[in-house]
Amino acid sequence: MKPNTQQLQDLTIQVRRDILRMVHAVNSGHPGGSLGCTEFLVTLYQNLMTRKEGFNMDGIGEDLFFLSNGHISPVFYSVLARSGYFPVSELATFRLINSRLQGHPTTHDHLPGVRIASGSLGQGLSVGIGAAQAKKLNNDKNLVYTLHGDGELQEGQNWEAIMYASAKKVDNLIATIDLNGKQIDGTTDEVLAMGSIKAKFEAFDWDVLEIKEGNNIEAILAGMNDAKARTGKGKPVCILLHTEMGNGVDFMMHTHAWHGKAPNNDQLASALDQNKSTLADY
Amino acid sequence: MKKYTNTGSKDTRSGFGAGMTELGQKNEKVVALCADLIGSLKFDDFKKNHPERFFQIGIAEANMIGIAAGLTIGGKIPFTGTFANFSTGRVYDQIRQSVAYSEKNVKICASHAGLTLGEDGATHQILEDIGLMKMLPSMTVINTCDYNQTKAATLALAEHVGPAYLRFGRPVVPNFMPADEPFVIGKAILLSEGTDVTIVATGHLVWEALIAAEALEAKGISAEVINIHTIKPLDDEAILKSVAKTGCIVTAEEHNILGGLGESVSRVLALNNPTPQEFVAVNDSFGESGTPAQLMDKYKLNNQAIVDAVEKVMKRK
Repeated sequence: MKPNTQQLQDLTIQVRRDILRMVHAVNSGHPGGSLGCTEFLVTLYQNLMTRKEGFNMDGIGEDLFFLSNGHISPVFYSVLARSGYFPVSELATFRLINSRLQGHPTTHDHLPGVRIASGSLGQGLSVGIGAAQAKKLNNDKNLVYTLHGDGELQEGQNWEAIMYASAKKVDNLIATIDLNGKQIDGTTDEVLAMGSIKAKFEAFDWDVLEIKEGNNIEAILAGMNDAKARTGKGKPVCILLHTEMGNGVDFMMHTHAWHGKAPNNDQLASALDQNKSTLADY
Repeated sequence: MKKYTNTGSKDTRSGFGAGMTELGQKNEKVVALCADLIGSLKFDDFKKNHPERFFQIGIAEANMIGIAAGLTIGGKIPFTGTFANFSTGRVYDQIRQSVAYSEKNVKICASHAGLTLGEDGATHQILEDIGLMKMLPSMTVINTCDYNQTKAATLALAEHVGPAYLRFGRPVVPNFMPADEPFVIGKAILLSEGTDVTIVATGHLVWEALIAAEALEAKGISAEVINIHTIKPLDDEAILKSVAKTGCIVTAEEHNILGGLGESVSRVLALNNPTPQEFVAVNDSFGESGTPAQLMDKYKLNNQAIVDAVEKVMKRK
């Protein structure tokens, strides 16, 4: 049975705690984007995706997800663990030597739930398209989801892939752009203004949907269910997910400062105090 | 020495095309991807016979490599095809992260490698691709010598699990390997036995090595000729066994002297049996426009260069 909104909310708070504790423990990693996408990934894995028990690399007969902006690995790992792909206790090994939870996700160490390495930006959409085209060849009606940073769209390979997906009618694909407007060196407008991302995707003949409240579970559910209904109609579907980087921790919001910085002890205490444990810490 | 006959010159890329045609019929999992070079890569038959399994990507090689990686996730065996330069240097990071590090079963197939691409010049004549590909952990690197061997290698790659780079060329060259010669990845082929010097050649230089060995025989020098089609994993055993007998070695390849077959052989020898070695390769430069024959002559990648290298290395024994 699918979890209700309250259960998704509780899990979101627990995943936030995981993210904060993981990056604090190794004094490295990327909490800002992770916190901004927590509601989305929790909802995607717990409610939206058709998933099979266990993990099979081929993913035949189930929906697939590819994380293109691999630096938000803390949220990815936490959601995977809490969706049953590997023990939650393994989150304590994040970024440590000999861990399967590398700084950026990899298949190299056979971590269940991960189907491609990512970290070097701009490659995930192409991979998602390939997986979606394999599903068509296999007569597999399930969907492929991808997630990308907005700053990541500055990588040229994305635009090769965006052009291809509509030309080849890859309509079993839902690509979500995490539209937080921030990247390492500042706002996306300061670093390299991209104008209207919506207009760009539409010009490339994608079906584009906006989720204005990308940190609101009800809004995510409504928007993503709308997106699912739009698949299979000849166009790839793009979600512009408006999120707040660092969401749920007051001092991490409204700034790009926490893109790739871990909290100190006092900051962690404050952040955890704002997100009281709902399930159980790893 | 054992003689080899040219049974009719053909381009190695047509061997690839013939291999793909056969794979299309034999293996439902095989899919082909091309970046706007169907004719050059000899994909015409595969595309005609299996349109649903043929992916025209357009002039977007990075996207092609990523899509190929994704197709493996649905259990497909993708063969990508474009020129060697655009198959490797242009998309190194895509291959590194989405294919090699991710351990995806993608076959990167590259035509027009080396100088023999000819008149298009250095922008298209990559001489660094073997080095780029062999440095990637998990990548198998193959450079075939003629039509028959290229076809056999293409078929063998469909049975091999893991990322691989298959390098072949544009020009029409002698076809001399037996059509029924088994292709075993990582296993060198001893073409001709000899006692005075070992010649290890790959790609288009294998035929030149055979001509050189005949010229050397006329001079009373007995050359052992080894066809190294797989540069990684290298057949260390075959090389060491041969130099134990001959005591010196010449490597020959249509590639930069840095990072190619010769350096891989040097490493094996340094670790196991330090042996005098001479290199027939491009001396750390780019190519240029010209006919393939003119270029192979100018850059000293022919049978005469091999003979000269043999005479030099034998004095160092």
